[in-house]
Amino acid sequence: MTEWMLIVGMMLLTFVPRYIPFALAGKVNIPDWLSKALGFVPIAVLTIIIVQSALIRDHQVSISLQNPHLMASIIAFFVAIITRHLFLTIIVGLLSFLLMKSILF
Amino acid sequence: MKLAKSNHKPFLLGVRDTLPLVIAATPFAIVFGALAVSNGVSEWFIMSMSLFVFAGASQFIAIALLATATAFPIILLTVFIVNLRHMLYSASLMPQMTKVSQWLRAPMAFFLTDETYAVASNRAFQQPDKSGFIAYYLGSGIYMYSNWVFFTWVGMTLGKSIPDISSWGLDIAMIVAFIGIVVPILRKRADWACALSAGVGAVLTYDWPHQTGLLFSSFIAISVGLLISFIDKKEKPND
Repeated sequence: MTEWMLIVGMMLLTFVPRYIPFALAGKVNIPDWLSKALGFVPIAVLTIIIVQSALIRDHQVSISLQNPHLMASIIAFFVAIITRHLFLTIIVGLLSFLLMKSILF
Repeated sequence: MKLAKSNHKPFLLGVRDTLPLVIAATPFAIVFGALAVSNGVSEWFIMSMSLFVFAGASQFIAIALLATATAFPIILLTVFIVNLRHMLYSASLMPQMTKVSQWLRAPMAFFLTDETYAVASNRAFQQPDKSGFIAYYLGSGIYMYSNWVFFTWVGMTLGKSIPDISSWGLDIAMIVAFIGIVVPILRKRADWACALSAGVGAVLTYDWPHQTGLLFSSFIAISVGLLISFIDKKEKPND
């Protein structure tokens, strides 16, 4: 499979799920359980990406104060719980990452 | 119905309401461009993704998977799974779309992002009479789109002039942004159960080949969330 086929594939797989309900507007209803399952998708997938990116460094699990990605993620997690504010979470997370890196290296 | 006459106004309202979300998305676009270039992804491929795919999370996942030499079909499957939530978005906007002509529904679907969904569904809730909805939606979507494409290019340019940018750990921006998106949507017990299973699954399956662990863990976590939500619904039918 060449790269341009990957682009076309990504384009279709991004576009088609968005388009189908619009195209069918007013004609069909999604079953309740499926709509519930879809609602869990962002939580499941994004959490896996977060945990793997923060915890797995250089192909192994790194639970350590020396892991700035993990420390900044934990701080960002608490900021997000307290404030529920996306922009603030990003800013505090980035600042604590920079701080941690400048202390460690 | 007054049509063309007042269509510029809802368009500009859509732009205005999307401004804070556009500001928040800008570092994403820069980091995407810079990270992709430092991961060795070719420039036409990076720009094509922002121009034709236009889906932040999917694009990040694609370059992360490309960097680990993941098989293309697995990348496509992951992109598809990540995009399923947009199906829910568009399903929830179906009542607004019943009177929209079919040829307009395709571009509107293309412009459907988390940000545009957030402002468009808010507008639909506050103004159920649907007047100006299309223009409002397109204002929001086109603004997000042009900003995303432009700052992808900016990030790509920065990434090229600062070659060791990948060692800066810029993926932290994506991590904390995802934290900022996920945590506020964790409301019920089932949401937390889903996130917790996803986290445990992520650690247990991280070394599975071709990111199959991601797909397997998502499936388990979604099932756990669904199960807990049905149990809780039985106990509290009003919820």
